[in-house]
Amino acid sequence: MNRRVFLFTPLLLAVALGLVLFTAIGKDPTHLESARLNEPVPAFSLQDLQDRERLHTEQSLQGEVMLVNVWATWCPACRAEHGYLIELAKRGVPIIGLNYKDERAAALKWLNDLGDPYRFNLYDPHGKLGFDLGVYGAPETYLLDAQGRVRHRHVGELNERVWQGSLGPLYESLKGAKTL
Amino acid sequence: MSEFKLGTSLSALLFLLLLSAPSNAVIDVYEFETDAQRAQYQSLTKILRCPKCQNQDIADSNAPIASDMRREVHRLILDGHSEQEIVDFMVERFDEFVTYKPKVSPATYALWYGPWILLVLGLVVVALIASKRRRATTNAKKAADGALNAEQKKALENYITQMVGTQAEGEKSDAPHKEEKGA
Repeated sequence: MNRRVFLFTPLLLAVALGLVLFTAIGKDPTHLESARLNEPVPAFSLQDLQDRERLHTEQSLQGEVMLVNVWATWCPACRAEHGYLIELAKRGVPIIGLNYKDERAAALKWLNDLGDPYRFNLYDPHGKLGFDLGVYGAPETYLLDAQGRVRHRHVGELNERVWQGSLGPLYESLKGAKTL
Repeated sequence: MSEFKLGTSLSALLFLLLLSAPSNAVIDVYEFETDAQRAQYQSLTKILRCPKCQNQDIADSNAPIASDMRREVHRLILDGHSEQEIVDFMVERFDEFVTYKPKVSPATYALWYGPWILLVLGLVVVALIASKRRRATTNAKKAADGALNAEQKKALENYITQMVGTQAEGEKSDAPHKEEKGA
């Protein structure tokens, strides 16, 4: 009797292994959570993209729930998501641009040609703030709460599916919490 | 005359090729004050993992972020930071993912101690099976010993030697036949 129960151990092990592997199906191994999750944006001091005289610090990213979109003119997916950013801005979502390892002239031309969804743009030609934030490839979009803490990061193109799936509900709940 | 022209234009072309080669070959060159710093740089870029091109260390990767990370590693080494400080610096920005040697924490206990637990479990299973088998054989021997009394045993032994003997004889008598057959 005891021995018969023993015979089931390989089956049990196989089932357990199967379950472990099964839960990993559909999981995107390239999806990494931001190391700054629930932490404030690191301190920085960067020029405004349009107005060199204007300096921004981490305090510029506080006061309301907002998106910080990391973009560059050399990044094809940034072009793909640009139209959707304009639509989000029209819906009243505050978006701050972080122009990442780019050239000012090219970036200004881009905004001129494609439209400007951003409240303002931080100019980060050496990717300093990008590095401190843990940006590893544009585009990335960070959701900040009113205290300027990172609450979510999306790596890759932002579109309606991503917005409905993760960023939108989080944005709404953070906004709701703020007005309470 | 035209041959001479061809020769000069060819050598000019070769010269241009020579000029362009070094600029392509070098990706980034870092200088260090001491050999220890160089060694530290080499070991650090091997244990730091590129977040963009996963499964490559930053020494091996051409991704822009990997080159940024190498630059930061170089800067931090020259600033006199220790290996652990530099790893912490990267983990602060890119999370535990960025190191090939994750910290021992409740989330990584299974990773660090799992293999040892499995090893111990395996040894226990082997020991259990071995002791069980030994007990089984001694039991069988005892059972066999107990089943026959001395007289029966002697009879059995006699029988066995007799059988072995006749078998040997049989083989002897068989042998010539075989040889005949073989011949």
